[in-house]
Amino acid sequence: MKHNLLEICYLIGSITFIVGLKMMGNAKTARKGNLIAAVGMTIAIVGTIFLHDNEVSGLVYGLIFGAIALGTVIGWFTAKKVQMTKMPELVSMFNGMGGACAALISIIEYNHLQHTMHNPIVGAAIVLSDSMDKLYGVLIAIIAGLIIGTVSFSGSIIAYLKLNGTMAKPIRIPSYNIINTMFMIGVLAFGTYIVFTGGNSTLLYLLFAAAILYGILFTIPIGGADMPVVISLLNSFTGLAAAFGGFLYDNKVMLTGGILVGSAGTLLTLVMCKAMNRPLSNVIFGAFGGGTTSTDSGDQTKGSIKDVNVSDLAILLNYSKKVVIVPGYGLAVAQAQHIIHELELLLEERGVEVKYAIHPVAGRMPGHMNVLLAESNVSYDKLVEMDDINPEFDQTDVVLIVGANDVVNPAAKSDPSSPIYGMPILEVDHAKNIVVNKRSMNAGYAGIDNLLFYNPKCSMFFGDAKKALTNLVAEIKML
Amino acid sequence: METFLNLVSEHREMIYFVALSIFVGIEVIGSVPTVLHTPLMSGANAIHGVVIVGAIYVMINVDPENILALILGFLAVLLGTLNVVGGFVVTDRMLEMFKKK
Repeated sequence: MKHNLLEICYLIGSITFIVGLKMMGNAKTARKGNLIAAVGMTIAIVGTIFLHDNEVSGLVYGLIFGAIALGTVIGWFTAKKVQMTKMPELVSMFNGMGGACAALISIIEYNHLQHTMHNPIVGAAIVLSDSMDKLYGVLIAIIAGLIIGTVSFSGSIIAYLKLNGTMAKPIRIPSYNIINTMFMIGVLAFGTYIVFTGGNSTLLYLLFAAAILYGILFTIPIGGADMPVVISLLNSFTGLAAAFGGFLYDNKVMLTGGILVGSAGTLLTLVMCKAMNRPLSNVIFGAFGGGTTSTDSGDQTKGSIKDVNVSDLAILLNYSKKVVIVPGYGLAVAQAQHIIHELELLLEERGVEVKYAIHPVAGRMPGHMNVLLAESNVSYDKLVEMDDINPEFDQTDVVLIVGANDVVNPAAKSDPSSPIYGMPILEVDHAKNIVVNKRSMNAGYAGIDNLLFYNPKCSMFFGDAKKALTNLVAEIKML
Repeated sequence: METFLNLVSEHREMIYFVALSIFVGIEVIGSVPTVLHTPLMSGANAIHGVVIVGAIYVMINVDPENILALILGFLAVLLGTLNVVGGFVVTDRMLEMFKKK
């Protein structure tokens, strides 16, 4: 009875995951979809706690509820409190927690298995009977869950550190590709060895340590701009680790949830790579931004850079017909999403048409800018995607670029030697005037020079986005 | 080889299940607008928190004398809860902003 009820709980859980994920693919139903999946998850969790026939001591129940209560409070408050700009790294952190959870399960189950095997009676019975095959299955699930979960854990922590700026520059040891690949093969071989020999606890902890190290090695050479892709990939890794847990326990809800995220996450990763026009292998193995690029080869005169002061810019914007704002990560860092909305409202009031051009990879995650601008109540239909806004630049008077760089870099179209060559960009050079707000002349995240700044139509409006835009709004108000 | 075949045959239902789930996953994500990529990734992130079910299962079957297993199990449930609760709440916060005005 209890068992059947539990299976129904898991069925409901599985279906809500599929339906929820599907609904999240549409802006109108997305929030409801998330809620549905959350309800399904709750049903699966509550069912697992109560619907079984085991004698469970009060202490164990206490630990379970204690852990859930603690996790809920911490998770809830961190998620509620975090600033919108920090969202990507938080997702990465939570992803790492899931990976660690899968790894811990594997460690406990392995120790449990060792214990059973070393019991002379049970162990001999297993070895003699045909359940030896079953044992391989269990070991594969345990070891695979351990490796994948652990890599996802340590990789996510590095991704977190990279996104919050603690570890901004890619760290590359010489010939890291070869070393990483060798290391990966080593870890896999080690895992296979344990599966076939049964191994022992010491070896398992060694494997755990090796997997942690591999997760770090895998993530540190990758540049911050590629982190969204990495997080998405690690996300699908954790899904896979959860699915191996499902294998282990013949648990359908873990299988559905895990595989669903594994496959959906992989696809999402590929879609993101496509938006950047780079194959996934290039993200993982390719050097990006760290190497020397030949953009400033001598034969090309760059021209000079023009400054624009706040009053001239105020006048320029005030008397334009159409202004397109290109937001980038700099806007997020400076927390300038509210002031840019104020600028937008002010200009609209003065009869200027204002739109936002959203590049698929602007910010640190696809859709990052949308989330950020939505936070400050920018209307959804003012955010125009790249393919729709590009033809409009011809009729645009001013393009205001705030904290974006690589997504408007013409080298992506004109310079085959550039690392971002081939990436579709916002064709801002078609507009009559280009104004770039930047803190300094530093290169963008990809670490490459931007020839746009030397375009005769382009002028630079230096300063921290929030401060500079606040001054600009004040200046326009006085007109 | 025989071991492998036995393994496959033993878990054939599971393997069908996995194969179909993969297609469902791909089908569900297909043609999602870029603006929803981040919330979707975050939502998927919350869903793989289902691994907590395994952690709870471990705890329910654990030998109460085994202190190490109890500690690790407690940690696993804690981390799983963080993944689930944090994941869903963050996703909800992101999606809340897409509300129509």
